[in-house]
Parts: sequence; C-alpha cells; structure tokens
Amino acid sequence: MSAPKTLFEKIWERHEVVPETTDTPAVLYIDLHLVHEVTSPQAFSLLRQQGLKVRRIDRTLATMDHSTPTDPDEIAGRVPIKVKSAAQQIQQLEKNCAEFNIELLNLNSTQRGIVHVVGPELGATQPGKTIVCGDSHTATHGAFGALAFGIGTTEVGHVLATQCLLQRRPKTLAITVDGQLSEGVTAKDLILAIIGKIGVAGGTGQVIEYRGSAIESLSMDGRMTVCNMSIEAGARAGMIAPDETTFAYLKGRPKAPQGVAWDKAVQDWKQLRSDPGATFDREVHISGSELVPMITYGTHPGMVMPIDGQVPNLSGDPVFMKSLAYMGLQPNESLLGKPIQVVFIGSCTNARLSDLELAAKLIKGKRIAPNVRALIVPGSQQIKREAEALGLDKIFIEAGAEWRESGCSMCIGMNGDTVASGQYAVSTSNRNFEGRQGAGARTLLASPATAAASAIRGCVADPRELI
Amino acid sequence: MEPIRLISSKTVVLPYTDIDTDQIIPARFLTTTTKAGLGQHAFSNWRYQADGSLNPDFILNQGTAQGCQILIAGNNFGCGSSREHAPWALLDFGFKAVISTEIADIFRSNSLKNGLLPIVIDAENHAWLMSNPGAGLTIDLQNSTLSLPNGKLVTFNIEGFARYCLLNGVDELGFLMNQLDTITQFEQARA
Repeated sequence: MSAPKTLFEKIWERHEVVPETTDTPAVLYIDLHLVHEVTSPQAFSLLRQQGLKVRRIDRTLATMDHSTPTDPDEIAGRVPIKVKSAAQQIQQLEKNCAEFNIELLNLNSTQRGIVHVVGPELGATQPGKTIVCGDSHTATHGAFGALAFGIGTTEVGHVLATQCLLQRRPKTLAITVDGQLSEGVTAKDLILAIIGKIGVAGGTGQVIEYRGSAIESLSMDGRMTVCNMSIEAGARAGMIAPDETTFAYLKGRPKAPQGVAWDKAVQDWKQLRSDPGATFDREVHISGSELVPMITYGTHPGMVMPIDGQVPNLSGDPVFMKSLAYMGLQPNESLLGKPIQVVFIGSCTNARLSDLELAAKLIKGKRIAPNVRALIVPGSQQIKREAEALGLDKIFIEAGAEWRESGCSMCIGMNGDTVASGQYAVSTSNRNFEGRQGAGARTLLASPATAAASAIRGCVADPRELI
Repeated sequence: MEPIRLISSKTVVLPYTDIDTDQIIPARFLTTTTKAGLGQHAFSNWRYQADGSLNPDFILNQGTAQGCQILIAGNNFGCGSSREHAPWALLDFGFKAVISTEIADIFRSNSLKNGLLPIVIDAENHAWLMSNPGAGLTIDLQNSTLSLPNGKLVTFNIEGFARYCLLNGVDELGFLMNQLDTITQFEQARA
C-alpha cells in the first residue's frame, strides 16, 4: 500500500510531466489557463516575437475585469471608456484573442465577469485541475479541490506556449477550523481571522488545505472567499477537498462534464481528499465557534481585529505607527461608530450572489446614510442577472446605492472606480494596502454584512446588531 | 537576458516590512501593454507629492540613493499581487538586487525571470544592513555569497535552476520548449 497522501500531493503528482530533481524544477502540466487584460499583453507580444502559437486554446479562457469599467454607460458604449489607457488595453486583449483564436468573454458577453467568478460559474473550474492565471487571487479556484495559483506575465507566456510551468514543489500547511460560525460571522471573517493568526507571510512557500467542520459547512461561495485570500497570508495556494456541496454546485454548468462523463468525473473527484494519516509540513487549528466579525485597521490584511475591539498599541514600532498614521487612527481606538464615506461591496472575494443577498437582507427597506457613497458591483454579468431576478438591484437602488456592471472596480482602483484621498471605505475586497483603492484611500476590509450595516449607519457598525 | 555574475554597489535601505506590490508600482500604472518606462512609477505614492513634485523626504529622492543598485528592505518584500510590473519597474529604476529576510513567492519568481536578484539572508546580517545604509556590497551569484564591508561573507540560497539561467543568460522558455515531445506524450497518455 502506498503512503497516505495529501490532497495537494495527489494533484501535484497527477500533473508532473517531468518530476523535479536537485538541478531542475518539475515541469507541471496546467489544465486551465485564465487570461485577463492587464497581465497578458506582454506575454502575447513575446509569442509574436518568437513566432509561437498558443498550444492549447481549449485550455485557455479570457475575460476582461481589472481595468474594465463598471459604469453601465461605458459598458454599453453610450459614452467612451473614461480611462483611455484601459480602453486600449481592452482593445489589445480583443486583438490578441482574435489573433491567437482564444475564447474571450468580451465587453458584450453575457458571461463576462471577474476572472475568479466566471471560471467556477461556467464550470471550467473543477476538482483535481491545475489552474493558473496572471493574478494572485487565483487560489479562489482551490475551493473546488483544484491546485490554483497566481503567476507573472513571463509565466503566462510559458503556459500559452507550452501549457506547462517550471515549479518547485511547495510545502503543505493544514488549517483546521472546527465548530460552527455564529450568526453574523461569515467566511470573510473566518479568513481575516486566519490571516491575523498566521500573519501576512505565514503561508509563504506553502499550499494551505482548509479543513474541519466549519469549512465543510460553508457554501461554495463561502469556500471561494476563504481560498481567495490565501495569498494575503503569503500562501502559494489554498484548497478545500471536494464533496457533495462541490458536485452539486458544478452539476449542469456549461463547461462541466455532462452525462456519463459527469458520473465518471465525480467518481474520480471523490478520491481527491487527504488520506487519513497524511502528514503536512505544518498544522494550525482554529475554533470556528469563537470567531466574531472582523475588520482591518491597518495597511495589510494581517492588521485585523474583532469589530468591537480596539486598535492594538504598538507605539514603539515605527512601521506600525506609519501604518496608523496613513489610516488616520490611534492606538487603542475603537472603530465602531467611526464615520465612513464609502462602502464597496464587490471583488473576487465577495461579489457572488450569496454575498449580495446577505447585504440586501440588511439594507432592505432602509436608506444608505447620507454621508456614504455605496457601490455594489456584482462579480459577473450572470450574478447581476440573478440578483436582478430576485429584485436585489431595486433594494440597493431604492436605498440609495449604485448598482453596477461586473468587474474588479474599487478593489484595485484602475478602472475609474476609486476612493478619494483621506476617505474611509468599508470594503468587501481583499487588500487594504496604502493607495490600493486610490491614492490616499483608507480601506477597512470586512464582510458584506459588516459593509451593509456600516452603509446604513454611516459609520463602522457591527452587523450582529442588525441581523 | 544578459548573464549576471557579480553585482557591486552601495545599498539603499527602505526600513519597512511587508512592502507590497501596490507600493512598488500602483495599479493605475498597469494599464500599459508594454514593459517600457515603468521605472518612473516605481514607489510612485511615496516618491511623489500630491502635486506631482518629488517628495524630498523619501530616501530614493535623496542624493545618497543615486546609482544604488541594491535595495535593502524589511521582511516579506513584494507581497500582494502577481504583477510582473513590480520587478520591471525596479529594474527600470536601476535596481539589480533586493535583499530581505523574506521575499514573497510570486514576486521572487517574477524577479528571477527578469534578472532582478531576490536575496534572502539571515536576520542578524540583515539587521546590520538595515542599520548601515550606503554600505558597499558585492553579490557573487556563482558562489551565492554577499561580501559585507565589515568583512563578513554571507551565503544565501537561490533556486539552482534559476541561478543557472541567470549565470548563463538562459531563458526558461527555451528549456520548456525543449520538453515539447515529453509534454505531448503526457497529454496523449492521460487523454
């Protein structure tokens, strides 16, 4: 009998075209390559310079999201795209995909959306696959029991040309979350708490497997939120073993196997879990039932605290104090009741239908506070339609929020949607780095429930008071 | 890519931990379709004031930093996004190596592919470098050593294959292209 293996090891070994040696990294086969407008143009230029083709167009899927506007007038072409260089980048992706014969979900596509939302939604993301994209939040797809990680543009070129990457085998980290999350505590609070515990470099060089009863109880949307932010702990990837929740989500999706092929695939996918007795390089345990809503106060996602907590006092640490100075906060300060100017509900972390439903449940019949601009950006055009079918758009619009087309929007602030300098934004996105949402913007990362509660109150608010 | 063997330069120190890629190059400069000219945007939010003028308090704008090819930074340099624009910007600005106690995975991988040396060293020698800005260093890639002006010779680990490629100016894509027959066999075997 062979030695017990982890989920990661099983997938890794299935994809070794050439195993690693002391002299050379493994040649790792890539099943699915997701492409977007920002990190691909220079890779296509390389292909052109070297006279290379895309090796497997059937394993390549492109969408536009990062620099793509979310203003309905710009998307519909009623007004020109405001950021001129972004318009050029979008055109370049169209040109590249046409020239190299790659499937593109373009501006008019009803399937377009954020790359890490549309892959799962179309059923292209599947258990056991290796999935890469020129984007660090690619670990999102690990929620399906895939090995998914972000790569740079040079590697985008490698995958386009060879469908392979040169990779050293990372270490493994098991994070077990037992118990059940309390009312008002979401997958976002869970992953923020994990990052707070292991730190923003705690996962460097490692692939995380999330496991335990609290993880198993999460919906696919929640699992994607958790895996999405693995990179914010520095991890190479994050993954969750597939189960009936995974199969139920994928069944019938356009790019998922159908008929006999589906039954065969599910049989295989059921093997994709860490064997009893499999060992990890490191293990961390967290009690899910003790978790509370979390919010960040600093300039990286590890600077996080319970929503009713106080900013830590590390006044002797100049880097910490520089971060607080940027945020306009003091040690020992409470954030509850702090006035805010922006609420952003969106991004590849928290723009799926259940995120929007949760926000709508809290906002329904209320008004967004007059001092707050609230931007609600669905993760894909399909989610937008599903939300509209449920009447969520009306709930948001009647409350005074803006309802947008899908895209990365204010998460990255390179598409026309930004937070102004000095403003506080409660944001459901993934990064609170200096300037991330706009030069001088002050980001407070939180769940959709916390964001919705804060939008109504006009200040940082505890969602448990509104549920 | 040009082969890299020795880098000798004074250092410049950024005394912060967790310097993320949004600091190295903010996202608003990523709407480009080439690699050219990104150095002007390196550390843009720190280098420039709101009116576009240079921030005289920022170390990279000061005379002592001019011509420095080695950047010393706090733990977990390059965390955040996968943007290869970060090493492109640092190289275009004039840096050839970054030294820290930890360098984020994707940034390290991107740097190695572009000839920016991501060097991780022990905390003690790193602390010395952090407190001695302007120190003259020699990085010897062949021997994976760092010569400090205090006489210490510090060894560092750099992944062997990447080091071979850097020393010989070899492109990793060429290596992968030579594997195409094996890749085809792999595809046929699992079909």
